Amino acid sequence: MAHGITATLANYRTSLQSPSTANIGQEANSSGDESCQTFILNDEDHTLGNALKYILNKNPEVTFVGYSLTHPSENKINLRIQTSGKPAIDVLKQGFKDLKQMCSHMLTTFESSTRYYKENHMDVNSDMDQS
Amino acid sequence: MPHISPSATASPLEEVRRKVKLTEHTVENVNSTDFPGTYEEYDDAWSQEKFEEKFQIDIVSLSTTEMEFDMVGVDAAIANSIRRILLAEVPTMAIETAAIWNNTSIIQDEVLAHRLGLIPIKADPRLFEYKPKDAEAGSSDDTLQFSLKIRCSRNNVTTDATDPRVLFKNHKVYSRDLEWVPLPGQDHLKNKGIGPVDKDILIATMRPGHELDVDLYCVKGIGKDHAKFSPVATASYRLLPEIRLLREFHGEECERLQKCFSPGVIEVRETPEGKKMARVVNARMDTCSRNVFRHDDLKDGVVLQRVRDHFIFSVESTGILPPDTLVSEAMKILMGKCQKFLQELDDKANSFTSSKDKHRKGKKS
Repeated sequence: MAHGITATLANYRTSLQSPSTANIGQEANSSGDESCQTFILNDEDHTLGNALKYILNKNPEVTFVGYSLTHPSENKINLRIQTSGKPAIDVLKQGFKDLKQMCSHMLTTFESSTRYYKENHMDVNSDMDQS
Repeated sequence: MPHISPSATASPLEEVRRKVKLTEHTVENVNSTDFPGTYEEYDDAWSQEKFEEKFQIDIVSLSTTEMEFDMVGVDAAIANSIRRILLAEVPTMAIETAAIWNNTSIIQDEVLAHRLGLIPIKADPRLFEYKPKDAEAGSSDDTLQFSLKIRCSRNNVTTDATDPRVLFKNHKVYSRDLEWVPLPGQDHLKNKGIGPVDKDILIATMRPGHELDVDLYCVKGIGKDHAKFSPVATASYRLLPEIRLLREFHGEECERLQKCFSPGVIEVRETPEGKKMARVVNARMDTCSRNVFRHDDLKDGVVLQRVRDHFIFSVESTGILPPDTLVSEAMKILMGKCQKFLQELDDKANSFTSSKDKHRKGKKS
């Protein structure tokens, strides 16, 4: 980069730019019981945590699910899952699948609605050119 | 007949599940309760089919910068994720580094750099990569270069004018003075209209002899890192209000009732017999001020609620991408997060079983 007086703007980069290899981890579980586990999701916050909690709560096999932000300066969440017997990791996978499928449907619905709106309400030349 | 909406006849349990109730001093039924195990008579387990059946999106208005739409049939957890992603996780390009060769204006280097950083840059972020953390210089894939080279001088006018606009040239530096410098290999971007979104953002004011010479480097980033990367001015939602009149309102009461709500919510009509009557025509317009509860004679005749799964979204773009594209991108990002973790869990399961296999083989031999 050029040599001048360089003023670099505030830049407290998350690990976003070079994602760490592991984004998900599991807390050691002393009892060896696979139905209760805490997962650590790196680089995530309420955005995914709460959505995931909702979809997992919708699963009848889940007896408890909750998440917490460990500390404001730590960029990760702890997600606790307890089930009525099924391994927690399988339930978590199902949760991700359900959430993904749900978003996929939301996306197609949203895109078809906007397409419909643009076809019916928008004069491409008048409305969109107000900038 | 007073105006009665169909839901007035719904069972009390259904009301608890579907509505948030606003009372004089409290808000009731705030939390979602539609989870398996809460109600005996409902099957609340997740079902994609049921979701697809009731999920609905209606576009209310759409322009290049603003959009309003209704998202019906989702939980607050999901709607909030979309909102949060819009604010903090949909990427844009913004000025990240300013190489200041010369700045003789009165604005300090670091303040100038900060102001420049906040200027929305019109460039489709989807055409760029994130700049690798350890990379010193930017490449054509991840960086846009701008230059700001401007000098204020005296205008050769012999008037006794005092207006700086008449006396000086370039005494105000605007965002339009930023000039895009295509890097080698960025020829394909030349017809994309790259530059500041708004041309009239004031950057600095100068006097004759003052000069700015700055090289600027834009990178791709997200609002979580710095608000300058946020693609929206605002992105918010509110729940659809529902107002029910439990009895008829006549005469003087009508106007008082009407004044308790936002304009356009209550209509006062005259019956053929010349009597005044009030009815709810557009509850959506209401701000849910709860003013009606200040009138002791009116409050028992009105039920104020909000529909728990009906979100009225309002998205205002900074102008870099149209608002509908931003919402689509936000949904894709949420999908991407799920995909990323699913992939990782699968990889983990595979590596675990393969290491187990190795271990077993090792024991045998």
